Amino acid sequence: MSQRGHVVIDIERCKGCELCIPACPPQVLRMTGEHNRIGAHYPELLSGCTGCRACWLVCPDFCFEVWQFDEPGAPGVRPGE
Amino acid sequence: MSDEVLRSDRPPESGATRTGEFKPTLQLGTDHDLCAGCGEPLALRTILESIEELGLAQRTIGVIGIGCYTALTSLMDLDLIQALHGRAPSLATGAKRMLPDRLFFTLQGDGDMANEGLQEVIHAAARGENITCVLLNNGVFGETGGHMTATTVLGQRTKNTLEGRDATQHGYPIQMVDLLAPLGGTAYAARGSVHNASGVVKTKVMMRRAFETQMRGEGFSIVEILTMCPTGWFVPTAKGPGYLNEVLGAVHVTGEWKRDGRLLRGAEPEAPNEAKERGAV
Amino acid sequence: MSRRFMQGSEAIAEAAIAAGCRFFAGYPMTPFTELLEHFAAKLPAEGGVCVNAESELEAIGMAWGAVATGARAATGSTGQGLSLMQESISELVRAELPLVLFNLARGQGDYYQATRGGGHGDYRHLVLAPVDLTEAVQLTQLAFDRAECWRNPVLVYGDYLLAHTAEAVAIEPVAFDPLPSKDWAVDGSRSGSGSPRNLNPIGMVPGKKGIEPERFWKRLQAKHEAMAAAEARWEAEATDDAELLVVAFGSVARFTRFAVRELRAEGARVGHFRPVTLWPFPSEALAEAARGVKRVAVLEQNAGQMIDDVRLALEGRVKVVAIGGISSDDAGFGVGPMLEPERIRARVGAALAGREVQP
Repeated sequence: MSQRGHVVIDIERCKGCELCIPACPPQVLRMTGEHNRIGAHYPELLSGCTGCRACWLVCPDFCFEVWQFDEPGAPGVRPGE
Repeated sequence: MSDEVLRSDRPPESGATRTGEFKPTLQLGTDHDLCAGCGEPLALRTILESIEELGLAQRTIGVIGIGCYTALTSLMDLDLIQALHGRAPSLATGAKRMLPDRLFFTLQGDGDMANEGLQEVIHAAARGENITCVLLNNGVFGETGGHMTATTVLGQRTKNTLEGRDATQHGYPIQMVDLLAPLGGTAYAARGSVHNASGVVKTKVMMRRAFETQMRGEGFSIVEILTMCPTGWFVPTAKGPGYLNEVLGAVHVTGEWKRDGRLLRGAEPEAPNEAKERGAV
Repeated sequence: MSRRFMQGSEAIAEAAIAAGCRFFAGYPMTPFTELLEHFAAKLPAEGGVCVNAESELEAIGMAWGAVATGARAATGSTGQGLSLMQESISELVRAELPLVLFNLARGQGDYYQATRGGGHGDYRHLVLAPVDLTEAVQLTQLAFDRAECWRNPVLVYGDYLLAHTAEAVAIEPVAFDPLPSKDWAVDGSRSGSGSPRNLNPIGMVPGKKGIEPERFWKRLQAKHEAMAAAEARWEAEATDDAELLVVAFGSVARFTRFAVRELRAEGARVGHFRPVTLWPFPSEALAEAARGVKRVAVLEQNAGQMIDDVRLALEGRVKVVAIGGISSDDAGFGVGPMLEPERIRARVGAALAGREVQP
């Protein structure tokens, strides 16, 4: 599926507050069952990000870096790359 | 939308532009010990980005109150004067009188401004001091563990209103922006909320307008920001934004109360064009 | 330098302005009110600012903000207003800010407040007690110099008599040694630099989480011990062969000194010791002056406050008696009937004769 945006998530700084989950309009953030060094669950990124920055705006721990693809239809950052 | 999980540990190799850095330029780092789900760091973002965008970085001085947010000062790449609980408006007044061409803002919680320091902020506003007071309102004394303040709303459970604030026992909340807006010296008064992305964006518009008001020398400005405090409210972090909007937001209503010296009573600022905003970054 | 006939309040205001004071905030209260009035009248012409604060609490807050920018600033009140300022005074010491404070007191009952402090925690600041207008002009200027030298508040202890007495006085500027530049002052210039300033009373360091209170407070303690060792000031006369040593401070000392000089001229073996700094109390100098003396008589216009420091300084070596007491006018402003030369002389004379003096 083609992406319009992408986020880098610093999972080690996440405190597991989950505010980003409902904030994301295309609903491409999902909390994982994994936990980081401080014992918090953190989100993973599904395909469909629009780069709208909603998660970036609502994260109290500055965990998101937002990117926008120059051309729509980019394949996104796939696992294994 | 598919269920395919993408890598989120690094940016795209090419063909993409970064539109949101991890932290604002005027932030020294990202490490803080405020609670999960706290709204105060979101308010900090609106302040730091506004200063940066207005080109005022080298002329800004913050005057900080006492509360959980005091710990955020270690992240602020700004000259700061630490005040005692409630006293920031006076310190900002004295400093601004000596350095009138600098941008001064106070950063205070509701316990600091509406309880301990109510007199100070009212006098500063009435006098029309050219400072911007920023009120982080979560309806509790967060740092001491979640007790009632002057802005706690009726029905709100806190450590000393365990059955919910009851007017007959605990009196009524004070709505700070509503109180300060009618004063003659107040040039700009607005209340925002960081319960969702749109709220954060609108709050930042208010912050910019407040700072511009100050730099034009038009008088006192107040930006009240409703922030989540799931710890103080005894709710799960994910429920914080809803609680903020429905419980606090019903009494402390968002919007602009005064602009250019004219009372507006709760008019919403125009929502900026999101794409234009991004292009400007 | 020509002398002009003026009230003490005006002389103090002019001395402060001569010392570079460019900010004052205050709240009217007798007998401090005129000092505020004079600053309000004189500061704008010097490019300074005087604010009529809505409370003493706000006055010291504004002065705190002004002095934090590196400007020379002052505030003041009378005893009750100083009571309201105690938290801020205590924390200004920790913020290491050179604010000058004036207590134009209603008598001498604020000695404890000035020297022990009504604020919380371990803190100390210089207290200067002028005896007359000429010394008030000097000590006001000294206050600004010492405050900046040590980065610590300084309190000038005056009273109704000093504030409201009119004399011919010259506002002689005092020359001081140059002081280091104020790199601690907050002016916005380090905002956005990556190493901003955070002027605070808690020991916070920009970019660093957490504080180290014990280390911070111990450093201040060391500074205050250095201040105590270096800043004691006093005036002693006719002590060499004295059998009785009279100790007094401030306006009262003007009367006791006069009485002692008269009695001395008549052959009485009486000496006079006047602390100029109430803190640090000139203990060593007093102990030295009291050597060989049979009795030390403390004359202060209160229920007995400075006498504690006199006894501590003398460590039980000499008998110490109180020959002053509470004395006030009908409004409680401290212009007491005791403050007459004949009555003061009578008290000193009684002490010389070994008679007890009723307070």
